[in-house]
Amino acid sequence: MIPKDELLHPGHPACPGCGAALSMRLALKALGKRVMMVIPASCWSIIAGAHPFFSLGVPLLHVPFLSAAAAAAGVRAALEARGEEDVTVVAWAGDGGTYDIGFQGFSGAAERGTDMIYVCYDNEAYMNTGGQRSSATPVGTFTGTTPKGKREGKKDLLSVIVAHGASYVATATIAYPQDMIEKLRKAKQKKGFRFVHLLSPCPTGWGYPEDRTVTMARMAVESGAYPLLEWEEGGWHVTQRPSFSVSVEEYLEAQGRFKGWEREELKGLARRVLLQWHRLRDLEGMPR
Amino acid sequence: MHLMLGSEAMAFGVKLCRPQVIAAYPITPQTHIVECLADMVEGGKLTPCRFVTVESELSSISVALGASGAGARVFTATSSQGLALMHEILHWVAGMRLPVVLANANRALGGPWILYMDQTDSLSQRDTGWIQVYCASVQEALDMVPLAYRVAENHLLPVMVVMDGFWISHTMEPVSVPSQGDIDAFLPPRSDRLFMDLSDPQALGAPTSSTTFYAIKREIQDEMEGVLRGFLDYAKEYASFSGRLYRIVEAWHMDDAEVALVGLGGIIGTARYTCSILRSRGIRAGVVFPRFFRPFPVEGMRDALRNVKVVVAMNRAFSPGVGGQLTQEIKWALYSLDSPPRVVDWMAGLGGVDPTPEAIEEAVVRALQGEDVIWMENPVGPQR
Repeated sequence: MIPKDELLHPGHPACPGCGAALSMRLALKALGKRVMMVIPASCWSIIAGAHPFFSLGVPLLHVPFLSAAAAAAGVRAALEARGEEDVTVVAWAGDGGTYDIGFQGFSGAAERGTDMIYVCYDNEAYMNTGGQRSSATPVGTFTGTTPKGKREGKKDLLSVIVAHGASYVATATIAYPQDMIEKLRKAKQKKGFRFVHLLSPCPTGWGYPEDRTVTMARMAVESGAYPLLEWEEGGWHVTQRPSFSVSVEEYLEAQGRFKGWEREELKGLARRVLLQWHRLRDLEGMPR
Repeated sequence: MHLMLGSEAMAFGVKLCRPQVIAAYPITPQTHIVECLADMVEGGKLTPCRFVTVESELSSISVALGASGAGARVFTATSSQGLALMHEILHWVAGMRLPVVLANANRALGGPWILYMDQTDSLSQRDTGWIQVYCASVQEALDMVPLAYRVAENHLLPVMVVMDGFWISHTMEPVSVPSQGDIDAFLPPRSDRLFMDLSDPQALGAPTSSTTFYAIKREIQDEMEGVLRGFLDYAKEYASFSGRLYRIVEAWHMDDAEVALVGLGGIIGTARYTCSILRSRGIRAGVVFPRFFRPFPVEGMRDALRNVKVVVAMNRAFSPGVGGQLTQEIKWALYSLDSPPRVVDWMAGLGGVDPTPEAIEEAVVRALQGEDVIWMENPVGPQR
């Protein structure tokens, strides 16, 4: 059951069709009211509302770009010192704030086993500044700073965070709300450093019509471009097997950020997108 | 009285204030402070307190930001490169009015690599919105911590407590330690409402309009002025149990002085010693110590310096292309006097160059001979 309570208020200033806004809405349905949220520079610095408006029903600390994980660790330390244990501390950051500028603090908090949920809502570029390359941007993507298409693939952050000893790691996306809510609930129940990666399609940055955000997320999963996974007790599990009813090429072709590639080139990109998951060797049901 | 290092005195001062969260990253010459505190926390002498061992100063100040934003009394300490690395977050903490206390053991900034003391690290942070209070002795390294928390929490501004690296941090002096009861009465738990509250969800640090931002900065300025007005009351209360009264601007031998030596921190002890030598040679010297560099005590400095002919600014920090920051601040404070004294920019010590009594004497003589900018020909300092 998806809870009816809304902790993301209507009237927030996200772009129409924003995947990051829908991600938060579902995440808070799973996590509930006893949440303290920390958000670094990101689209979500805006979506949470400019003073005096506030779109969330939980307390929020805005922090500088690189500070999310450490500031959340500070919130947790304060709660521990006061003996308040039944509060979930959440760092909610974009891909830039996680994969790039916030990476050191992210690694530090994970290595210390900080009792928190770190959510990366990944729209695969610096979308709040108009779309520039991050290390989460997929190969081939045209962005403001990769005018000929990004040459390198997406950083394999999932393996990195598993190697840190995170107590729970999962991927999820808004097209599969039940799956996403179950994972966040599971994350909430666990202790230690928990990492949830949310693919959050961005109509303005990815170049697709704003009513196709959920469709994009679904195509990403069904093509195998974004596997729905969780890491628990030493192994990866696929929680939603892709149907392969669409191809990765079709998923890429549906987006403006890959426009300009010939069909053959797209096939090459698609192969590299799929290849990145091969590093997670134990994946069941994934193409090799 | 207990014989202790400046670092230990600072740690004792912190312990007496019952911080709930301490975050720190090691850097010479600050490390002893947080090692002492780690021992106290692990040994159960400082509890309840969470000690977070972070992976950089970016994270120690970010942990402080988060913990203070969640309502805790927070402490962190650093030095030199570490303070420089914190720069962005220092602005954020002050702009959000979080009452964090940070200890900085002064050390020069590279390159080239340098471990020794100067004050370019702390003075480079003068525009961040942090209060800066300087310690001139090991005793002050302890006493300034409770006073810093009192100021921080009464005025909702972060405070940097600054002491000389090595010359105070690694120097032993006899120290009188106040009782826990006295400090508890002096410094009750945080009572502001500036924190994340589940029963009243608010956003802290949200984007604002330009006019709100402008108003916030003006409020900080007003509050800074409030600190200058309020400090003597806190200091008198502190003196009521410690017997030690601290003033915003301290002055020695200034009643009849013709030349004033002005400095920050440990150099004040040397200057007071040298002052008596100068007086024995017929030079009427005095010493002035602006304990606060931010807010800068403009009125107090005018009052202290209005009757001298020459002010020798004993700079232990340097702004290339200009000179000493302390010189600039003094000149600015004295500008509106009808006949302000001549202010001499003496580069008294950088990167561990030691302003010895002989050096101070030389600077005073050259200043009285008419030099306006003084660099030493034969500076003294560690040879490695």
